[in-house]
Amino acid sequence: MHLSDVVLLLITGLGLGALYFLVAAGLSLIWGLMRVLNFAHGAFFTAGAYAGWSASTALSSASPWMSWLAGLVAGIVAGGVFATLTEVVLIRPLYARPVGQVLMTVGVSLCALALVEGIYGNDPKQVALPDALTGTTAILGANITNGRLLVILGAVVVLVLLLLFLSRTRYGLIVRAGVENRSMVEALGIDVQRAFTLVFAIGGMAAGLGGVLAGAYYGTIDPVRGTSMLIFAFIVTVIGGLGSIAGSAVAAIIVGVLQQFLNFYAAAGVGDFAVVILLAVTLLARPGGIWGRAPG
Amino acid sequence: MSRRVLAIALVVLALLIALPWIGLRLPGVFEQPLDAPGTLNVLALCFVFGTLALSYDLLFGYVGLLSFGHALYFATGAYVFAIALTRLHASIAGALVLTAVAAFVLPLVLGAICLRMRDIPFAMVTLAFAEAGSILVMQNPFGLTGGEEGLSLGADALPAPLVGVPNTHNLYWIALALLLVAYAVARRAVDSPAGSVWQAIRENERRISVLGLNPYLFKLGAFVLSAMLASAAGVVYVLLQGGANPQITTSGFTLALLVMVVLGGVGTLWGAVLGGIVYEYLDFRLVALANAPAVQALPAFARVPLSEPLFLLGLLFIVLVLFVPGGLAGALRRSAPAAH
Repeated sequence: MHLSDVVLLLITGLGLGALYFLVAAGLSLIWGLMRVLNFAHGAFFTAGAYAGWSASTALSSASPWMSWLAGLVAGIVAGGVFATLTEVVLIRPLYARPVGQVLMTVGVSLCALALVEGIYGNDPKQVALPDALTGTTAILGANITNGRLLVILGAVVVLVLLLLFLSRTRYGLIVRAGVENRSMVEALGIDVQRAFTLVFAIGGMAAGLGGVLAGAYYGTIDPVRGTSMLIFAFIVTVIGGLGSIAGSAVAAIIVGVLQQFLNFYAAAGVGDFAVVILLAVTLLARPGGIWGRAPG
Repeated sequence: MSRRVLAIALVVLALLIALPWIGLRLPGVFEQPLDAPGTLNVLALCFVFGTLALSYDLLFGYVGLLSFGHALYFATGAYVFAIALTRLHASIAGALVLTAVAAFVLPLVLGAICLRMRDIPFAMVTLAFAEAGSILVMQNPFGLTGGEEGLSLGADALPAPLVGVPNTHNLYWIALALLLVAYAVARRAVDSPAGSVWQAIRENERRISVLGLNPYLFKLGAFVLSAMLASAAGVVYVLLQGGANPQITTSGFTLALLVMVVLGGVGTLWGAVLGGIVYEYLDFRLVALANAPAVQALPAFARVPLSEPLFLLGLLFIVLVLFVPGGLAGALRRSAPAAH
């Protein structure tokens, strides 16, 4: 076990955790506020990834940074717009039917995935990255791809923005109060529906950003990564405590790093497996997750 | 059940049993005559998925447990059976016994853990376990599961009457028998006193606790029974497909299952059966639609969605969730008011 290996695995694990967090943050807020298990969140991620890829490809004649940044913006916008439309058009008519809402998100994810496969095909697409992102930086003897550092930076920025939004803005206050006790917020005459749309929009933007950054992390995008991201993000939100952003962030780091280390030192797949076991153990010990309260 | 419904059911049943001898052509429904092996194979698969949807409805429709890991138990039946036959060289009887044990023990253990949670956290934990199963199958431990390629049975693993295209009618009857037995078991279970408790749990779990019953044990019983029916369907699936493939372990497969049950209608058993059959049939026919010259000639914005069966099924699902919450069963009930 060399130090450089450990550093490399730690940072790759943090990068993976960062991607999980970008998906999990929205999931957690949506669940906390609306009690909707959003299966479409993986589709927001995929929409971001492919919108980003399309925009970058369309602008491939511009400088590498310009085309990549255009892809970044396109991915965030696509994730946000897709999520907002999903909430307003498809989820809103079902406010009285919680199971119907979950089923609806399943339908959205099936349709979106099939469409992406239809338009772009099943094969992975190579993502064109600026040289600065494919280059490496030496940290304690380990050569880390800059793209992976960028992913971590992106997640940290989103985390800080989300925490600021929740603690400093009026809508953040409504969201926090709604997570705590939704019927009380409604009883006070506050329009929670706007907050619903807002958490979907924010969650969709974060997931769309995650989709683009995943392209920088892996170097390719494919239609099925969103699904596996979604599943690990579910695990992250449950371990961290549903509805808690800080909990999701910590759980995302634990899950990502644990997964990387075990996949490397034990065998491929062991890390993925261990994460599921960790979930089971967490739930048995603390049914509400590490930061959450026990579900009512 | 009214007499009229019973009579219709018996006639349909007799027709289904006699189907391999009826060389009828139904243009537009099936391209080959009804007794052709290709048609029988599709119908048998429809019955398998009808059974699987039925087992899911038992859990979701009657106990109100929304599991996202049901594919795991179908896959358990399929993979344990296939591994016993190909890797352990067990006889059919031996393989069935082994599968039955696995199909009982696995949901008992996992259900005992998952059912400590309720509602959405329960759904997430079942999803996580199913994902673990999927990873395990894909990793191909000790060369047991065949990884991405799956397991294929080979010609000598099964007795002669179950092998080969000319014997498809035997498999058809096995699949039909599976569906009928599973339906009878599930119907008995939901009509039993335990079945009443299940439905009461769905409506108001706390009330059951207050009445002095332990909802956890009843839920676990339903979980295990439902998983065992799914595993039985998995065994017949292996017979029909000549092997197991990792597709059936994925979360996407569980979601397809959810589509089947909602398509057919939740909480009636027969609705779910109908949903499973219709889903599988559509999945098969929509591929034909995608390859139809008329569709291929369309401009891209119309051709691409029409060429993706899953898109069309997903769209159908969204429309049903929005406008027909009772599914096919609900729509049929409303159009034909109760005869009794």
